[in-house]
Amino acid sequence: MTKPRVTVLDHGMGNLPSVVKALEAAGADARVSTSIDDHADALCVPGQGVFGRCMSALSRAGLGEQILGWIGDARPYLGICLGMQILFDHSEEGDVVGLGALAGRVTRLTGPVRVPHIGWNTVSRGDGEVYFYFDHSFAVHPDDGGIVKGWCEHGERFAAWIEGDGLTAVQFHPEKSSRDGIALLRDWVARV
Amino acid sequence: MLVKRVIPCLDVDGGRVVKGVRFVELVDAGDPVELAARYDQQGADEVVFLDITASHQNRDPIYDVATRTAERVFVPLTIGGGIGSVEDVHRLLRAGADKVSINSAAVADPGLIERAAGEFGSQAIVIAIDAQRSTTGWNVFVQGGRRDTGRDAIGWACRAAELGAGEILLTSMDADGTTEGYDIALTRRVTAAVDIPVIASGGAGAPDHLADAVDPDLGGADAALAASVFHFGAFSVRAAKEAMAARDLPVRMPAS
Repeated sequence: MTKPRVTVLDHGMGNLPSVVKALEAAGADARVSTSIDDHADALCVPGQGVFGRCMSALSRAGLGEQILGWIGDARPYLGICLGMQILFDHSEEGDVVGLGALAGRVTRLTGPVRVPHIGWNTVSRGDGEVYFYFDHSFAVHPDDGGIVKGWCEHGERFAAWIEGDGLTAVQFHPEKSSRDGIALLRDWVARV
Repeated sequence: MLVKRVIPCLDVDGGRVVKGVRFVELVDAGDPVELAARYDQQGADEVVFLDITASHQNRDPIYDVATRTAERVFVPLTIGGGIGSVEDVHRLLRAGADKVSINSAAVADPGLIERAAGEFGSQAIVIAIDAQRSTTGWNVFVQGGRRDTGRDAIGWACRAAELGAGEILLTSMDADGTTEGYDIALTRRVTAAVDIPVIASGGAGAPDHLADAVDPDLGGADAALAASVFHFGAFSVRAAKEAMAARDLPVRMPAS
């Protein structure tokens, strides 16, 4: 059986070695690229950093439209952290417009808690709770709660994991979440 | 619920772990990557590498260590030691670090915090503070604890947070190496003063010391970091978490 080919998009931000190796450990043939390979089976957009910088990097390279096209065709997409946030309409971080593939907003975490939200937190989904590693200050609030597969709470409840048509996006870092993170990636790769 | 973190730290020099290690079954006990993998198995929530290489060059081995670790160990990796510029931060993050810890350079040029956080986000920027008791409180020391800046440690922690630091790694120079426990008074003062996460460091000698550091009624830190107790096998990461769990503190127990 050939391994599904996953393009890991290099938009200049984030820890790519971890994402690539975690996807490989999950059974994918993962390749870093600064462009979107139309022949790949799936697209992974990771990202740590600042929303506005990520959006500028994508638009400079003309990648925003391509990501929208990929998602519009319901092709397999995995967004991690910023790769999740950029799908939404708007981010409070720097007051920047996102790709708008999904309706909703990205806002700074509020409440009597320490921000950034750094560390392992429980994500609740239908069948129980799992620990994943988070490292962020902003979180997504989709208009349609129906796309949320897993919720997390830190000062406020936010969408930690969303599933759409071909689309998986997570606020946490599966590539940094030890065995449970690799298990999530393995499930995703198996569906690609 | 967000759990309290247990973080093993390794001193790395020229790409090799400096202190002796008793994990006899390891193929290469001096390899930071092997050790990080071992700590992952024990349930470490993160791993910190402190690069103590004296002279930094362009082809510093720490970059290779970051990449090799990121390729094999799927827990967060923080790298500190000798980071002096936004470019250093960029290279380490690209190489495979998730966070970088900046110490002396941030004291010398606080604007570095703002620039690095603006470029990579606060969540990637840890400010390390080495603090020692003074007659009035605690002073910030730099250059590996060799130089007293005369600056108040609590005030510096607040300033670093304002400038965009995502986390404070707070080491008590008085407690460090004593194995008699963390400086709880210092930890408590800093955790009360800032609203970003605080990692307590220095003084761990028993599992309960780590629990004291993160206990909301004591140190109130978000994470406890320790080096030698884990290297020398005095107790395991799991034992530290068990001590926390015994006090009903939230922890992520490793799969046994």
